[in-house]
Amino acid sequence: MYEQEKCKFAKTHEWAFVEGDTATVGISDHAQHEISDIVFVELPQKGAQVKAGERCCVIESVKSASDIFSPVSGEVTEVNEAVTADPSLVNREPHGAGWLFKVKMSDAKEADALLTFEDYKATL
Amino acid sequence: MEKELKKTALYDACLAAGGKMVDFHGWLLPVQYEGIIAEHKAVREAAGMFDVSHMGQIYFTGKDAYKFLQSVATNDYKLEPGRGAYAHILNEQGGIIDDIIAFCLNGEEFLVVVNSAAREKDYAWFKKKAEGFDVTVRDASDEFSMLALQGPKALDYLEKLDPSIKQLKRFWIKKLSLFGADCYITRTGYTGEDGVEVMGPHATVKELFSWCLANGFKPCGLGARDVLRLEAGYLLSGSDMDESRNPYEASCGWVVKLNKEQDFTAKDIMARVKAEGVKQKLMGFKVKGAGIAREGCAVYKEGKKIGALTSATYSPLFKAIGAGYVPSEIQDGDEVEIEIRGRLVAAQAVKMPFYKNI
Repeated sequence: MYEQEKCKFAKTHEWAFVEGDTATVGISDHAQHEISDIVFVELPQKGAQVKAGERCCVIESVKSASDIFSPVSGEVTEVNEAVTADPSLVNREPHGAGWLFKVKMSDAKEADALLTFEDYKATL
Repeated sequence: MEKELKKTALYDACLAAGGKMVDFHGWLLPVQYEGIIAEHKAVREAAGMFDVSHMGQIYFTGKDAYKFLQSVATNDYKLEPGRGAYAHILNEQGGIIDDIIAFCLNGEEFLVVVNSAAREKDYAWFKKKAEGFDVTVRDASDEFSMLALQGPKALDYLEKLDPSIKQLKRFWIKKLSLFGADCYITRTGYTGEDGVEVMGPHATVKELFSWCLANGFKPCGLGARDVLRLEAGYLLSGSDMDESRNPYEASCGWVVKLNKEQDFTAKDIMARVKAEGVKQKLMGFKVKGAGIAREGCAVYKEGKKIGALTSATYSPLFKAIGAGYVPSEIQDGDEVEIEIRGRLVAAQAVKMPFYKNI
């Protein structure tokens, strides 16, 4: 579990759970609810470089495609194949088994600049 | 200034049932309630209901009502009272203005059900074409609310309301008293499942909505409706066909009755198109690779762009499906590719419908 209270959030509804220099990334419960039935997830490639605020993967519902922006910069070290196989995991457990990918951060300060859960909630 | 969105008489009821309302061609309508997948499943396996009050109802009344309908519609309306049929309305060049279902109420009165987005255009066209006919064309859309009750169990559930509903045959219409008011009920729909559509006074249809909610019908939104209709191979007027396409291109040649008694708009052009064949036609596509095609995606064959999708969606039954115009040489089963976000993904051409249950 990547508890909401322990995550940092981007205004674009992604969360980052930081352990050392690695951030696990997912989308917020609010985002999964808004997107509704998630039927397809296209994750970044393992080894790819992602940049904070840049589009790095796509989540699709029945009727629409939503861009996902990485909340931090760095190298993708792991992707969650389980959500590729069963995209509805993102709906069911957005802060658990529905995580998307892990990033080895190139700049740890970026995560500090993200919103706390309380601040994120206030933007909704 | 922003135009104010119209609300159907069922707006509050849809909202109370959990509807997520969106702007659909100027109408505030539910795109979904619980979720598109759950609603799709309800309609395919049990029963769902849709507020379709935005659709239009136009009466043709008078001594020439039949002759007039025959002259503006492609299908043959030589029907006994109580029967209806699907047709296209063509412009002088043979382009599709809209698709309709018209019902014969009696020899001198027809009820024409038209698409919401084309209602004003259709009405203006009918008024213009009615010159010289002894017919009154009246747009009665504002007098009606309309509910589509669809699914394999829909008629069973409705038996409790009125046992006679089950006797109604496909594409027939009947006047029925529901909750003390006269309504029209038709054995039609836009989902590929059996079911009916009810048109009646606003207060009555509101009562019907509550009754259905309490009697097994799941409220369903436009999202599920679009998936259901594309699976069933039903075209969306304005997207899958418009005035730049004729019925043969839209793979709807069967609605053009060249041999009917009366002449109709663009009949000569249709006869020529039929004889010469079309260069392009509407085909269905199933995506085989990873990704979900969307409206506007380009279709490729052997590296060459051959067309684009006019409709596309995720389908719980077939994963990702679409429809689009491609050269008429393309056959059922042909391997093609669809460009999804810059990547070519394997797909297969399919003769529609994808799904058939009625």
